[in-house]
Amino acid sequence: MTILGVLALQACGGEYPQSALHPGSDAATRLDRLFDQIFWWAVGVFVVVEGMLVYVIVRFRERPDGRRPKQIHGNVLLEVVWTLVPALILIAIAIPTIQTIFLIDRSTDDPDALVVEAIGRQWWWEFRYPELGIVTANEAHLPVGRTVDLRLRTADVLHSFWVPRLAGKRDLVPGRENQLWFRPDSVGVYRGQCAEFCGTAHALMGMRIIVDEPEDFERWARRNAGDAVAPADARARAGQGVFAAHACVSCHTVRGTAAAGRFGPDLTHFGSRLTIASGVLDNTPANLTRWLDSTQHVKPGNLMPEVVLSEAQLRQLVAYLGSLR
Amino acid sequence: MATTGAGAGMAATILGWLTTVDHKRIAAMYFVTAFLFLLVAGVEGQLLRLQLAAPGREFLDPDLYNQLFTMHGTTMVFFAGMGLVAAFLNFVVPLQIGARDVAFPRLNAFSFWVFLFGGLFLYASIPFRSMPDGGWFAYMPLTNPEYSPGLGMDFYLLALLISGVGSIAGGVNFLVTILNLRAPGLTFMRMPLFSWMALIVAALILLAFPPFTVGLIFMLFDRRFGTHFFDAAAGADPVLWQHLFWVFGHPEVYILILPAFGVVSDVIPAFSRKSLFGYPMVVFSGILIAFLGFGVWVHHMFSVGLGPVVNAVFGGTTMLIAIPTGIKIFNWIATMWGGQLRFRTAMLFAVGLVGTFTIGGLSGVMHSSPPTDLQQTDTYFVVAHFHYVLVGGTVFGFFAGLYHWFPKATGRMLHEGLGKAHFWLTFIALNVTFFPMHFSGLLGMPRRTFTYAEGLGLDLFNLISTIGAFIFTLSLVPLAWNLWRTWRRGEPAGYNPWDASTLEWTTPSPPPHYNFAVVPEVDRRDPLWHPYVRRQERDDGEEPGGVWPRRQPEVPPEPVHMPRPSFWPLVLALGLLLMTIGGLGSLGFTLFGLLVTLAGLFGWAFEPPFGEEAG
Repeated sequence: MTILGVLALQACGGEYPQSALHPGSDAATRLDRLFDQIFWWAVGVFVVVEGMLVYVIVRFRERPDGRRPKQIHGNVLLEVVWTLVPALILIAIAIPTIQTIFLIDRSTDDPDALVVEAIGRQWWWEFRYPELGIVTANEAHLPVGRTVDLRLRTADVLHSFWVPRLAGKRDLVPGRENQLWFRPDSVGVYRGQCAEFCGTAHALMGMRIIVDEPEDFERWARRNAGDAVAPADARARAGQGVFAAHACVSCHTVRGTAAAGRFGPDLTHFGSRLTIASGVLDNTPANLTRWLDSTQHVKPGNLMPEVVLSEAQLRQLVAYLGSLR
Repeated sequence: MATTGAGAGMAATILGWLTTVDHKRIAAMYFVTAFLFLLVAGVEGQLLRLQLAAPGREFLDPDLYNQLFTMHGTTMVFFAGMGLVAAFLNFVVPLQIGARDVAFPRLNAFSFWVFLFGGLFLYASIPFRSMPDGGWFAYMPLTNPEYSPGLGMDFYLLALLISGVGSIAGGVNFLVTILNLRAPGLTFMRMPLFSWMALIVAALILLAFPPFTVGLIFMLFDRRFGTHFFDAAAGADPVLWQHLFWVFGHPEVYILILPAFGVVSDVIPAFSRKSLFGYPMVVFSGILIAFLGFGVWVHHMFSVGLGPVVNAVFGGTTMLIAIPTGIKIFNWIATMWGGQLRFRTAMLFAVGLVGTFTIGGLSGVMHSSPPTDLQQTDTYFVVAHFHYVLVGGTVFGFFAGLYHWFPKATGRMLHEGLGKAHFWLTFIALNVTFFPMHFSGLLGMPRRTFTYAEGLGLDLFNLISTIGAFIFTLSLVPLAWNLWRTWRRGEPAGYNPWDASTLEWTTPSPPPHYNFAVVPEVDRRDPLWHPYVRRQERDDGEEPGGVWPRRQPEVPPEPVHMPRPSFWPLVLALGLLLMTIGGLGSLGFTLFGLLVTLAGLFGWAFEPPFGEEAG
């Protein structure tokens, strides 16, 4: 399914995976169409105004006669025209604007919508599927063609949920729960990131929304609702010991084990994710080793303490985390 | 002894500047200070662009990057922008309305000193290794002590509190000055546009700064005394800060742009040899922009989730602002229509403003629509928008004003060739730096990010923007050279080098400290162009007039009473500075500062207002 996603990505907006101009959902398409309308009005006004300006600059340059030009102090008709015409253009923009506002700025009325909670934390995203019993981080899977009803909360400061190809921004505000809904219309990996300044690692608070075929989504959901699989090989088992014996357990949860920390991302199915550190690195053993070895270099400012591990322990830990599929 | 003599002369000069209450000298100090802040903030912007030249660069670490963009924005708005506004208001307004000084000259000096101290205090955060890093918008709760420990945000809020005192005092001063000190016959509808916009801006400052001051005091209490004005956990709402900030922050944009509009409305007629087209419409559209400016602040908050009705209303009011702004642009073009356009540097910058501000205005209309704004807010698209407005508008306007009034202020003419080089480099730099940001924003680049990922298609746009920033730096070379050269050997300017129409051009250049040897009398708009008007209207039996005298005598026929220099404004400002330093956590400093402040107030109150008879 990942391969399918990559293909879809290349087909549409591939060069610009975080573009607001390459919509991949009903909501983003709505915003894009409205933008197009306003954009072409703006282009029209631009051409008229700059055209007049350039004409005036060329036509009325200082002439050698140096005579004072005829003084014109005003013209009522002209002034009425350039007050009314912009007003009419603005009305033409305001009507679809207000229609769109009342269409998008409410709860979804789709009874079949999938509820997903997105919780912003410095500097990563937690995703919860209350109906499916799934808790995951930085990557949310969604079924194509089904409305998702996002509930947005923050655990600390302001953040803003922004996956441009799927929807416009919506802030995560302390003391509030905001909503955002959209229906993805094609399979693929959609990139997004926090859009409200939230501190040191704001730039690296990325996320991936992975839109799957319904049956792929079902498979993903079944596996992710379950506990972690016990590691099969010896090195990964040793890694589990390393995980349990160090600070890792106090912040991370691996369901089905004693690790039940709540401060950091849930790692129960870490091995099946595409990226590490909210989208900074691809999830490969080499990158994971780098991340665990020098987290502050990979993602400066992040709140994971540097844990001192031997080479062997590091290898074991990487094997263990990779086995959490 | 010669050296002692020179030393004493130097000391007298310094003392003269420290105690001056002359609006022209205060304007010069504002200008130099603001220009230095503009350069510092420009360097900060250049550093930001170097970091973003390519994805994943490690030129600046994220914390330093966050500090630099906070300082860049805060400095540009409060110490470069506000300082330039104050500099131009100070120099031009009294001369344009035929006054000998502002209404409250000592208060004027005080405004400058607290402005200077506010800026210096902000930059004192560098030696303390505590540069603020929460953005110029300082959103709670990121700026509360839990998420912003250390002194950084205290430096920010205390610096803005003290400089805000100066701004509000300046607002009062110019409001009273323009309402009361206009020359006989200079009715409102004869007043030059720059003075009109100054009047509007003074009112805006008076109304916009108080809510911000309240917000800053709330923040100070939250940070220092453990109150919970913005604490959601205690049942309060962090969004309150956003309201207080933007109900100030949006009018602040107009405080920065309306004086530039005023400059352009005076420069374009002067260099087109044509009276302003539709004068009443240009005046009233300025008033309307200011009025509407208080009803649009939520357009900075469309993504907060305040509900469809709120967003629709504020989207609508925001769109309305496009109408008076458009009126101004059309009137400027109509003024040029049929004129004799003399493209001196001032005119180039003024016409450049008309062209580039239009781009900023149009992108502004795009995000006045709340749904489209959801894809644009907090991205580089918005960065592009407001730099077109603030560089293409405010900075262009002030450069136009600089080239226009520099001969009046110094008596010397700037070099035209260097001026043109300066204009074209600035014009190219603006577009090369900021136009690509429209694309990087729409293609998914959020603001305030110290880096961006490869593979998002943003690399080329960012590289071009960084190249543009270098051109900006380069554009300062001809300007610096021009100022230096003119300082050494500029040609004398005479009374009215541009053949402009307003009162300031009836005085010698530079004007004497009392401005007008005799109080001028005005009987129409554009009074200095009157002979021409008279020729045209001779057949109507019109009486000759315009302004009397057309040239101020070099020596006043009667003694002129001018306020005497005073060092109490400086003492009072120093007292406030000490109290501000105490705000970082020293009660002793605060109490000492309070004593100095009280001493300053008493000294000020009991000082006789007039000195020896001058002139």
